[in-house]
Amino acid sequence: MNPEKVVFGFFIVLALTLNFGFFIGEIENPDHHHVYELFAVVVVNMIATVLKFGDRSQMGALLLATSLVAMLQLVAAALVWMFAVHVYDVGLTPVIMASIVSLSGGAMLANVISVILLIIETIMLRR
Amino acid sequence: MENIVFLILRRMRQPLLTLLVVYAVSILGLTLIPGRDADGDTWHMSIFHAFYFVSYMATTIGFGEIPHAFTEAQRVWVSLSLYASVIAWIYALGTILALVQDRTFQQALAENRFARHVRKMREPFHLVCGYGETGSALVKSLTRRGQHAVVIDIDEARTSMIQLQDLRESVPALHGDAAVTRHLQEAGLQHPACAGVVALTDDNEVNLKIAITTKLLSPKLKVICRADSHDIEANMASFGTDHIVDPFDTFATHLAVAFQAPCLYLLQRWLTGREGSSLSDPVYPPQNGHWIVCGYGRFGKAIYHRLRDEGIDVVVIEANPDVTGRPDGEFVAGRGTEAVTLEEAKIEDAAGLVAGTDDDANNLSIVMTARELNPEVFVVVRQNQHDNRDIIAAVEADMVMHPSAIIADKIRVLLATPMLYEFMSLALYQEDSWACELVSRVSALVHREVPHIREWSLLPEEAGVLHEYLARGLHFTVEDMLRDPWRREHRLKAIVLLIRRRNDRLLLPDAQTPLRAGDRLLVCGNRVAFTRMQWTVSHQHTLDYIRTGEDQPQGWIWRKLFARPRR
Repeated sequence: MNPEKVVFGFFIVLALTLNFGFFIGEIENPDHHHVYELFAVVVVNMIATVLKFGDRSQMGALLLATSLVAMLQLVAAALVWMFAVHVYDVGLTPVIMASIVSLSGGAMLANVISVILLIIETIMLRR
Repeated sequence: MENIVFLILRRMRQPLLTLLVVYAVSILGLTLIPGRDADGDTWHMSIFHAFYFVSYMATTIGFGEIPHAFTEAQRVWVSLSLYASVIAWIYALGTILALVQDRTFQQALAENRFARHVRKMREPFHLVCGYGETGSALVKSLTRRGQHAVVIDIDEARTSMIQLQDLRESVPALHGDAAVTRHLQEAGLQHPACAGVVALTDDNEVNLKIAITTKLLSPKLKVICRADSHDIEANMASFGTDHIVDPFDTFATHLAVAFQAPCLYLLQRWLTGREGSSLSDPVYPPQNGHWIVCGYGRFGKAIYHRLRDEGIDVVVIEANPDVTGRPDGEFVAGRGTEAVTLEEAKIEDAAGLVAGTDDDANNLSIVMTARELNPEVFVVVRQNQHDNRDIIAAVEADMVMHPSAIIADKIRVLLATPMLYEFMSLALYQEDSWACELVSRVSALVHREVPHIREWSLLPEEAGVLHEYLARGLHFTVEDMLRDPWRREHRLKAIVLLIRRRNDRLLLPDAQTPLRAGDRLLVCGNRVAFTRMQWTVSHQHTLDYIRTGEDQPQGWIWRKLFARPRR
């Protein structure tokens, strides 16, 4: 067992599960999507991205790419939240909430791909 | 480039993770700890505010406590996270600084810069592997002619020396092992502008590796190799190395030429001399007696066989005959530095002496001792170290054999003016009187310095207007080429040595030989002659004047004015 792989897999899967936790619920209902969940998703995704730095393999490059996509989507979601609540003071209207959640939904798709890639790599190694 | 990006990313992974975790924990703590606003109501910092606060706190700018003054609990948390974040930052910055100073990183950067520099080269260049005495002499004379070079050497001191030397062209240099294929590729082995590869390292095996790599990856490139042993030479020749330069054999050949045709040897020295060096005097190696060869190493053997081929008696003096082997002829054991050994070799009657050991001090000692015993003896001395130039020059030997200089001169001729090499090969078949006549003609061209040599293709790139004229079938002879564009009755101080026309070679073409488009000329002469000839070949009105002797009116108005009276 390689401890590096454990940590790596842990963060990638955690990024997906947290993302899923934030995403699930009525899309425009702020009560179903907690801000701490989004915070956790962003932090875990960042950690997962940094963990992929410096891997020269083809698989590593692809994993880094999916992580960067997820980061882009999540940061966009966080920015929308920030602007809505703090800058323009419009609050979490259904429209805003819907766009935040759909952005995180996109990030989740990228995270799903990350996990699939991880599984593929593991299977190929085991062979 | 990707190498460096990956190196940075890999090294920065740990510090970035630390920074990330410290930030995340600080932000989370701030949002969780309840605060009190001015009215005494409980409030919670939002994630956005916490991020803003931590961002400036971590870099210790410190804008104060916002949006409300902090409670004691919040302050405890802030002081903890303040120290944690500062340490994380120091860690991250320290890692970056250490990375920048890292030798591997520096080397990767330098290699990268070098490869980029080489990729951008558009003009033809030669790849020179090994920047010792030979390499630097070669690069210096190449750049002096405006040719480009790229250098690889395993010794960093030598490659960094290139920046200090005042070379006329910028020469990219890589500190690395030329036996590594990647280094050769970075140095432009497969670059379309690469004109040739010169392997000059001290190591025969490395030279062999360079030659074989080049022949496999870019078979069309010209490869010139230095080789010190016959085994390696045969090996190199087996896969088509274009030129193999063995300094000892080369010098032995020169000596043989000097025996048979002193004028030809002098001609060769003048024409192949380094630009700016002075004309050398003729040498006449005597044949009226036996020769003594001190040192029976690679050099001694080459000389010994050549002298025997000339029908000269040779006595060999060698201190370690068990290592070097014994010649079939006369042999004296000893170093030759003592009078006894030299007397045993009958120095009093000797016509010539070759001080050919691999130790300069011994060689000088041999020469001095021998001169005492026989002041008339013809002396050939081998110079091993470049630094000993002055003391070697001080003994005023009749011929000096300096391997580095011999290799550098030969390769310079091969790279810069390959036609000269061809010319010398053709000249070997001529009588010595032919060479003597040419020597006197050449000495009329120049004062004290060796003549300039240039190859000239009558193609649009090098001789635009003349090529156009010749392509139209106009008559233009060698004599016309050598007319002075200032006064056409005068002849420029230059000689056309050779014309290459497809497969034909015209050696010393006479004045009435017509030139054809596409000819390649080998011309020697003084500097002024070359600048004037440049006018003739590339300037239409100069060419018209040379051909007809009339100054044609150039502008439209003048043409009209001059045309009228003729009507």
